[in-house]
Amino acid sequence: MSAPKDIILKGGQLFFVRVLVFSSLVFGLRYVEWRWLHSLNMSQWWISVPLVTAETYSLIDGLLFGMAMWRSGRRKKPEPLNRRATVDVMITTYNEPIELVMATARAAKSISYPHATYILDDGKRDELRERALAEDCGYITRGEEWVNRPLHAKAGNLNNALMVTSGEFLLILDADMRAEPQILDETLGYFNDPKVALVQTPQIFWNVKNEDPLGSQAPLFYGPIMRGKDGWNSAFFCGSNAILRREALMQLALTGYVQDVATVLKETLRRSKKIVKRARKQAAGMPSVASALQEISAAARDARRAVRRGTSLGEVTHEFQRRVRAASRDTIHDDLAQMRQDLESLGDAGAATSLALMEREEAIVNRLSELDASPLQALTSLKEMVETFDVGRAHEGQPLMPLATISVTEDMATAMRLHALGWKSVYHDHLLAHGMAPEDLGAALQQRLRWAQGTLQVMLRENPLAKRGLSVAQRLMYFATMWNYLSGFANFVFVAAPVLYLNFNERPVHAYSTDFLLHLLPYIIANQGMFMLISWKRGQKNIPTWRGQQYSFALFPLWIRAALTTVANVYFGRPLGFVVTPKTRAETSTAQMLKLVWPQIAAMAVLVLSTFVGFIKLYLGVAPSVEGTWLNVVWVAIDLLWMSVVFRAASYRGFEAPAP
Amino acid sequence: MTTFATTTTDSTLIVRPNGRLDLVAAPELREIVAKSIAGGVVNVVVDLADVDFLDSSGLGALVTGLKSTRQAGGNLRIASATEQALIVLDLTMMQQVLFPYPSVEAALEAP
Repeated sequence: MSAPKDIILKGGQLFFVRVLVFSSLVFGLRYVEWRWLHSLNMSQWWISVPLVTAETYSLIDGLLFGMAMWRSGRRKKPEPLNRRATVDVMITTYNEPIELVMATARAAKSISYPHATYILDDGKRDELRERALAEDCGYITRGEEWVNRPLHAKAGNLNNALMVTSGEFLLILDADMRAEPQILDETLGYFNDPKVALVQTPQIFWNVKNEDPLGSQAPLFYGPIMRGKDGWNSAFFCGSNAILRREALMQLALTGYVQDVATVLKETLRRSKKIVKRARKQAAGMPSVASALQEISAAARDARRAVRRGTSLGEVTHEFQRRVRAASRDTIHDDLAQMRQDLESLGDAGAATSLALMEREEAIVNRLSELDASPLQALTSLKEMVETFDVGRAHEGQPLMPLATISVTEDMATAMRLHALGWKSVYHDHLLAHGMAPEDLGAALQQRLRWAQGTLQVMLRENPLAKRGLSVAQRLMYFATMWNYLSGFANFVFVAAPVLYLNFNERPVHAYSTDFLLHLLPYIIANQGMFMLISWKRGQKNIPTWRGQQYSFALFPLWIRAALTTVANVYFGRPLGFVVTPKTRAETSTAQMLKLVWPQIAAMAVLVLSTFVGFIKLYLGVAPSVEGTWLNVVWVAIDLLWMSVVFRAASYRGFEAPAP
Repeated sequence: MTTFATTTTDSTLIVRPNGRLDLVAAPELREIVAKSIAGGVVNVVVDLADVDFLDSSGLGALVTGLKSTRQAGGNLRIASATEQALIVLDLTMMQQVLFPYPSVEAALEAP
């Protein structure tokens, strides 16, 4: 597969990046091969196997990163859009302050390309409605159809709005994202290519100090990484600051709808034999019902055959429901016949009633059916089966769901499905909207936890590696993001290994020797070199790239929690859970904030103590080897340096300088 | 699951079903009435106050009970029908044979 032709993959930097990517591939494979085959200390397998596994994890992570960097180029500026298009700007809000939402709305209104601005308020606030209408913005909330049905958060909010608006393109903005006037003029041109469904632009936050104590900015992600994904046609939707083609979303909704109906139908048909059997047991000894069940079972069998033949699902469900209704009416007829027989033995009044029953039998049966007063209604399992045999998707607020609802990060799942249908995406690396980042550690941790959980939900529910319609490169690019969120386990091992060595002489490697360094160092140098080269270019924009890396290591307890809770959620239906965020001033003391990162603090204490133990052993001459101790002490120092960020984060009290 | 509370006063069995009087519950009602007749108690009052749903099978069981008590020289009456049950009774014009008494007392006192 070749890179999109509008992407420029030339220039001195890219050449050196590719050299370093290639070197880290070669040296990395060499190192990991040596680790698995020639250096594993199997007498202490319980530490050596986890360590070498963690190292292999990191190598794969690095190689996937390298793959993105291989095509991290620059896009040519697109021609302007070759026609007039209609655009809806949609601002999603739930509980953000009304002033903040209105400021975002005003910025959206001043976008120069003709458009309509809508506020999508999932908080149903009357005040916001009045303010929006007063400033000539559209205001959309959920209707009755969503009551008692899953709301699907932001995805549901957007899906609801998509049904009542009609613009060809949608610019989606979070409640705090203030757009620049030229945002549409700069990006709509990409849609001259009729296969482009999505243009994502960066998300940068103005309320963050230069040193970025909470690691809110993602300059590497909204830069080399997204450009690299773009090079493989797999730049994905990041929830805000993106322009989407309505037609593509509607196609997604329709295919999703048909698939969902088909899945439910096939599953129900598969289970129908068992359901009828259970219903038979429930209705034992009632001949009228027995014959109705026989008819329903035959109807299910015919439906199975029809589905296999490829008959339209609408027809299959319609025919099935017609036969179930007929069978259900038959049971009422049978009951009435029995009643007439009983009545006739009751003398004149009984006979008269019986006659009246007979004369009006059709009307009575119709009305009882309407009232759901058919005997079959009592067979609950059967009733459920008949209800699922519907194309109305009664369990959802609306049948068509353009944005994916399988994950709390609907954006990535939606983009992946678009790519699987053959649509293209673009990453436009120019800052066109500024937002607000979380202002304290609790809120920042909650946000990271959600991202990690959402991404892992997609991995478990719709794994890109197995997703039909994606190219190999696209599969790997999506998988790279998911793989990255599994780092918690590896980083835990990287913290534990030196502790075990310094305290208990547990050696995962045969010898921490020159041989070890000869294998490790070339890989580290190539890998870190690539990293520095990429960051250096980006760092010129005054946004430190290493802060993000520091966080991705330091938050390992949060990543582990995300992975475990997501597995519990996807496979056992457990809630995802929240980081308990301190709210009042008193609760946001540094001491309280430090409680949020107690695992990191505990780990750091253990690392420091282990270093002392290591030095004492060295002094007493009982350390396994001098080089081993020193190597592990350096290792500890690196761990501590990465994790120390949590102290700074805990004492951070939000941004104080005025907005630029 | 529908439950049936039964009490006997003045040689009348009072049955009070709780829940749905439908296809699933109908056989039990039939059986209760049949046993009562076999035991010599041939007058039955079915108290429908706690029946939240009546279908054609439930109504069928009431008519069967009416028939079998009459044949044994007794009677079956219904009392305190809820709105949904009244609709079904009305629709089938069943009041002529199964008059819905406003209360159990009224059903017991009726001649």
